[in-house]
Amino acid sequence: MATTSTIRWLAPAWLALGAALALGGSAAQAQQAPIKIGELNSYAQWAAFTVPYRNGWQMALDEINAKGGVLGRKIEIVSRDDGATTGSATRVADELVSREGVSLLFGSFLSNVGVAMADYANQKKIVYIAAEPLTDAVTMAQGNRYTFRIRPNNFMQVGMLVDQAKASGAKRWAIVAPNYEYGQSAAAVFKRLIQERVPGAQIVAEQYPALGKIEAGATASAIEQAKPDGIFNVLFGPDLTQFVREGNTRGLFEDTTVLSLLTGEPEWLLPLKDEVPEGWTVTGYPWDEIKEPKHKAFIDAYRAKYNDTPRLGSLLGYMVMTMIGNSIERAGSTETDAIIKALEDAKFDTVIGPVTMRGIDNQATMGAWVGKLVLKGAAGGMTDWTYQDGASFMPTEAEVKAVRKD
Amino acid sequence: MDPSFLAVQALSGLSSASSLFITACGLTIVFGVTRIVNFAHGSLYMIGAYTAATLVPRLLELSFGPVTFWAGILISALIVGIIGVIIEVLLLRRIYGAPELFQLLATFGIVLVVQDLVVQVFGPQDILGPRAPGLRAPVEILGRRFPSYELVLIAAGPIVLGLVWLLLRKTRFGVLVRAATQDRDMVASLGVNQALLFTGTLFLGAFLAGLGGALQIPRVSANTGMDLSIIAEAFVVTVVGGMGSVPGAFLAALIIGQLQAFGILIFPKSTLVVVFLLMAVVLAIRPHGFFGRAEIVGGTHAVGIASRSPLPGRRFMLLVVIAVLAAFPLLADAYLLKVATEILIFALFAFSLQLLIGVGGIVSFGHAAFFGLGAYGAALAVKWYGVSMEAALPLGLALAALGAGLVGAFVVRLSGIYLAMMTLAAAQILYAVAFQWVEVTGGDNGIVGVWPSSWASGPIPYYFLTAALTVVAVLLLKRIIDAPFGYALRAARDSEARAEAIGLQIRQHRWMAFMIAGAAAGLAGGLYAFSRGSVDPSLLGISTSVDALTMLLLGGIQTVMGPLVGAAALHALRDWIMPLTSLWRLLLGLSIIAMVLIFPRGLVGTVRDWWGARA
Repeated sequence: MATTSTIRWLAPAWLALGAALALGGSAAQAQQAPIKIGELNSYAQWAAFTVPYRNGWQMALDEINAKGGVLGRKIEIVSRDDGATTGSATRVADELVSREGVSLLFGSFLSNVGVAMADYANQKKIVYIAAEPLTDAVTMAQGNRYTFRIRPNNFMQVGMLVDQAKASGAKRWAIVAPNYEYGQSAAAVFKRLIQERVPGAQIVAEQYPALGKIEAGATASAIEQAKPDGIFNVLFGPDLTQFVREGNTRGLFEDTTVLSLLTGEPEWLLPLKDEVPEGWTVTGYPWDEIKEPKHKAFIDAYRAKYNDTPRLGSLLGYMVMTMIGNSIERAGSTETDAIIKALEDAKFDTVIGPVTMRGIDNQATMGAWVGKLVLKGAAGGMTDWTYQDGASFMPTEAEVKAVRKD
Repeated sequence: MDPSFLAVQALSGLSSASSLFITACGLTIVFGVTRIVNFAHGSLYMIGAYTAATLVPRLLELSFGPVTFWAGILISALIVGIIGVIIEVLLLRRIYGAPELFQLLATFGIVLVVQDLVVQVFGPQDILGPRAPGLRAPVEILGRRFPSYELVLIAAGPIVLGLVWLLLRKTRFGVLVRAATQDRDMVASLGVNQALLFTGTLFLGAFLAGLGGALQIPRVSANTGMDLSIIAEAFVVTVVGGMGSVPGAFLAALIIGQLQAFGILIFPKSTLVVVFLLMAVVLAIRPHGFFGRAEIVGGTHAVGIASRSPLPGRRFMLLVVIAVLAAFPLLADAYLLKVATEILIFALFAFSLQLLIGVGGIVSFGHAAFFGLGAYGAALAVKWYGVSMEAALPLGLALAALGAGLVGAFVVRLSGIYLAMMTLAAAQILYAVAFQWVEVTGGDNGIVGVWPSSWASGPIPYYFLTAALTVVAVLLLKRIIDAPFGYALRAARDSEARAEAIGLQIRQHRWMAFMIAGAAAGLAGGLYAFSRGSVDPSLLGISTSVDALTMLLLGGIQTVMGPLVGAAALHALRDWIMPLTSLWRLLLGLSIIAMVLIFPRGLVGTVRDWWGARA
């Protein structure tokens, strides 16, 4: 049989390898097993956002590991596709936790997946940092001590937009939002805030197309029928592209104030090419006009490394990864309770400036860029923008206490 | 509502109807001739859109004008036609004789392969195509603006209908296509070159799919979800119109277009339901669609488990299996136990489908409906009534059985492909309800927090619970299969006429079988919900139904134990492939295709044949 002779042949090699390992192990402490962190996101289904986001955290990871890692150990990210459904995401998370033994989880794109992940984190008592899910539920009604979020949530971003709506004088509002957690949450917050903050405002039409399945022509004409003077849009991705094209053709946006969540982010703006609806008031990421040296340095480094312009996802991925590295360093261990303690009420010095992780709802004070859409050459961009710090738009502590169950 | 608005809405409906018809027309022609339900038709449509969205802008850079645009659309459709020919020559040609389930599964393998290839070839970003030159400006209709390109689309439908009609009526190829649609065997007996005819038909079908996709680029950005979203609607159009009938497809597309355009006004949240509801209603009244004919039931299509004398020592084997299941937690870590729990659940799910397909000959494409009902039943009971797991599991099972009773009452009146499509419609309606009835089901969010009672939480106790329930349920089903009831089902499967002649109440038997299978799938669904802690609409989706079919066929449809082995093989394979590569859909699709070509009898069936040949 071949096996015995093979073993004999290989024996010296095994011995040599063993010796090398023993030597290496004693030589440097940095050779300790790496810290494993689990990451999951919708890389196949929502590649436009998630691929730049992966580039972002990869860049931060390389920087951390080049400096020797944290706690003297390198960080290893085990990354998986979450399948973009709640069931598939919790299953993947379970694999990361029980097979790979990761110390904490971060990622996910869709809000419904984020809510399921928050529930999973609570059940399995492991830290989960939501990357893109923006629904308030993740830090409010479904929030728990294991779940954290860095991006400004719907309540904060809608709050910023409604402030802009006051000036426009629009009173008759139409809402168009994808019919799932993110869209429903944003629409509910908008209805509440516009009526609280703009006297006399009313909602005259609501359209909730299924995510990814919009009948754009029919939706546009149904909104047109209600003759609104303001439109609040929550659509993104392929739905947004179709809706904008139909709306442009039918003149839906002429003489109408449009407030739109996230549309200023390059990941959703670039596919619109030269059909950018100019004048929409949006939240987004005007990376091409950012001047702060630290932030600018990040943008330049990103462009040099990937030969591509950054998306908001790139910035977010980078920030999430550096904040995780920072927290583990301060926690002094990878124990869940220590990490939670290191995250709660912690101040982080990020590329966009100081960000605090508020302990009462585990929501960070990262803000958003609010401005107007404009055509710059062959593609869209933002103009007239300001950076709105998240701290002044967060739900009050009383509001948080009223809805959170913990 | 003012008339101008209604007019514009109706026009929107007409333009979607036209687009839908062009695509569905290809599907119905291919089905008429080859009798293959081509799941990959949606993938061809998607390739058409991607090709056009990439190609047309390049052509427009060379010379800008309407001629270039429309030439680009046609070239894209031709490219897709050639891809259709390649698929026919490489794959479909080898499976015309196979049972329809295998054909369906093979074409679903293509769907998976194309999903990954499209991302590899065209990149991950959605591609928005250019607007048609000269059709950028809207036209005014009754004082409202309407996109002029939509008017072109409205005209395109009838033009394609006319051209296809001319092709079918006035050419020799068309005569042969019509002849083959009526009686394929007779055409073969008359010495017609079938290979050429079928290749030509596939070219035509793929060309139309590609054309349908390419025409969409000025309105829709090419994206990776296009394939499954169009295929469901295209199925509805072909089934409602009558499989194989081109005018039927046209009429059905018109109705569906209007239903969607006006449905959005009346039920803005239930756009998905109306389409499948229409199909269910039409099939309940006209079992073969508008212009379809009853199928000649071929002997080759009735496959299922054969009656065999029981193996010696099967009690001993059963004890060994139970002992292995009981000892497994000693060997496995938490993650392996989780995988084993899921395999057991899927084994029960696939086994319940075996009762329908293998024993009853009732080919269900929508078995996910009952799996999902079980899961949702349990989850809703937890969410709304706060009941514990012990009460929620039976409630889920009961809801699934009830649902199966309701669906079954309609389904057993149908046969063949219409029956399969009715089950698909039922599953899609439930999917749409779960997806869009947000207040109750949580919509796309699903329901979270469905965790087991404390005594059963933790991997080991839950594994034991699942193993115990699965073994009991499988043994019960096995008993049912071997009882007179099971034999009556087999008799009805093999010869409906003879079974009826000896006094068997076929419909009642099938209805019972439907409820039993539904209840078993519901139990599996409930167990699955508690194992994951959440439910979401994808449990009711097409891919869950296909999973069950794949497990069944992978294991072997002609054996009782096949689905159990198939569930283990598929789930283990997926668990092993998925973390290794991002191209797991490609690999899974290729394995499904290879399986259909190499192991048409499934794993257990192949081993048994091999064993039998040796003995």
